[in-house]
Amino acid sequence: MTSKLLKAATYAGAILSTLALVSIVGYILIQGVPHLTPSLFAWEYTSENVSLMPALISTLIMAALSLVMAVPVGVASAVYLVEYARPGSRFVRVVRVTTETLQGIPSIIYGLFGLLFFTTALGWGLSLLSGACTLAIMVLPVIMRTTEEALLAVPQSYRQGGFALGAGRVRTVFRCVLPSALPGILGGVLLALGRCVGEVAALLFTAGTVAQIPSFGTEGIFALFESCRTLAVHMYVLASEGLHLGETYATSVVLLVMVVVLNTLTNFAAKKLSKERR
Amino acid sequence: MPTMLSSRQTAASAATHAAPHAAVPTPATSAAGSSAAHSARAVTPHSAHIHPTSEPQLEVAKMRVEHLDLHYGSFHALKDVSVDFPKNQVTALIGPSGCGKSTLLKTLNRMNDLVDNCRIEGAITLDEDNIRHDLDVNDLRRRVGMVFQQPSPFPMSIYENVAFGPKTHGIKSRDELDAIVEQSLRDAAIWDEVKDRLKKSALGLSGGQQQRLCIARALAVHPEVLLLDESTSALDPISTAKIEELVIQLKDRYTVIMVTHNMLQAVRVSDKTAFFLMGEMIECEDTQTLFTNPTDKRTADYVAGRFG
Repeated sequence: MTSKLLKAATYAGAILSTLALVSIVGYILIQGVPHLTPSLFAWEYTSENVSLMPALISTLIMAALSLVMAVPVGVASAVYLVEYARPGSRFVRVVRVTTETLQGIPSIIYGLFGLLFFTTALGWGLSLLSGACTLAIMVLPVIMRTTEEALLAVPQSYRQGGFALGAGRVRTVFRCVLPSALPGILGGVLLALGRCVGEVAALLFTAGTVAQIPSFGTEGIFALFESCRTLAVHMYVLASEGLHLGETYATSVVLLVMVVVLNTLTNFAAKKLSKERR
Repeated sequence: MPTMLSSRQTAASAATHAAPHAAVPTPATSAAGSSAAHSARAVTPHSAHIHPTSEPQLEVAKMRVEHLDLHYGSFHALKDVSVDFPKNQVTALIGPSGCGKSTLLKTLNRMNDLVDNCRIEGAITLDEDNIRHDLDVNDLRRRVGMVFQQPSPFPMSIYENVAFGPKTHGIKSRDELDAIVEQSLRDAAIWDEVKDRLKKSALGLSGGQQQRLCIARALAVHPEVLLLDESTSALDPISTAKIEELVIQLKDRYTVIMVTHNMLQAVRVSDKTAFFLMGEMIECEDTQTLFTNPTDKRTADYVAGRFG
């Protein structure tokens, strides 16, 4: 009897969560798709066309920039924790508690820190760079934890096999262990990407809301110090202005599509990589 | 120089000179270099002079363990173990679970270094070099190869699995790698089964094939000693028979040390057997002697199947 009840409960849970997703996506599509007009994709943002193009491009740049900073550091520290550090040492425990804590901190606190440190103390102002650095710190623990899990899941026999052939630790880690962990690591990167793309609070404080494509073409590297808004921030601003609700929904449709596309690409890459090795 | 030697010494020197050619058909590998060097040392008039009545080549100890004590934390896993592993022979280590035989094996190529709280006292030598003080650990592991209990190919192609070791030790030329891969797979008696699928994943092979691939992988770096850690215990009888046959062939060129749970396997394959019990080596004899006429009562009880 209880087992039947439990089964029903899990079934209901599964249906409810699917329903939640379907209804959100459906609602956004119904509200947003009719407002997807060509003018919404104009290169220049004006208060009439409320173009999302600058925000779209800023989002891609912002996400790429923060991942470029966070992924190497996160993967490196996870490799240290799993492959080099003595398991259970005090340092490892401290690092682990720290990352777990960092993961639980609300993003607005990262934003506040970014505002005080990057924007004010370092004098970078509300800028792409401040925002990207803040996001990088924010997603670092995500990447570290997932990479750590992925490394721990690699069979010990791969390491033993490498060592037994006289391969040193570096070669064993890079050639035997990391490749098998790659799909898991990419999963973590995907998670991080999702958080970068979806973040608003932290970016309001650090990157500002200027709706312009960062002018790397004319300013070069100094465009890093320009303020910009990502799609999520753009949506927040439009929604709070309350004048272009339809366009806001249209923007969220674009954001949704972008996330799905990025997910698919990463999954595809992960599959391809792991297939080559299997 | 030869004129200075007595006729008896000359005869002994001639015998040691002949032995390596009979026992060691020159392999086309770097192992050839070292075995040649070894035999050269054995037959120099100089050493003949010092040990005029030294045993023939067959009895040369490739690896020697002297007064080895090993602790895992507070657990005394090996107690004052001393044993010689003769060159070009198969030595089997037998004994009940937890008796320390695998531990000893892992100490011979320093895989125990990876274990926390592992403390080792005593000396282990490979060709007279102390493996902990005189040799680089990665070089030691190249010279003393190991095959594990579970077949453990890397998640790469068959070719890459075998080429991994040689690449690690600096061989880059494609032709050279191709030759090594083919030779190693042939030596491990698996070439015919995989030659058409070298680029396919090694994980698609059967357990027995994977284990022979792992042997090929170990042979590819031209080791001098091969350690087999219960390498057939996870396999079916047919694969086991193939690997046993292989081991008997391999001893012409390698010194083989195998841990086995299967006493009949020790009888079938090994020349010499060491019996371990609770961290102590009870007895080490010719396999024939140890199984038919053991000195120690505990050995007799174990080989008769009265415990274990």
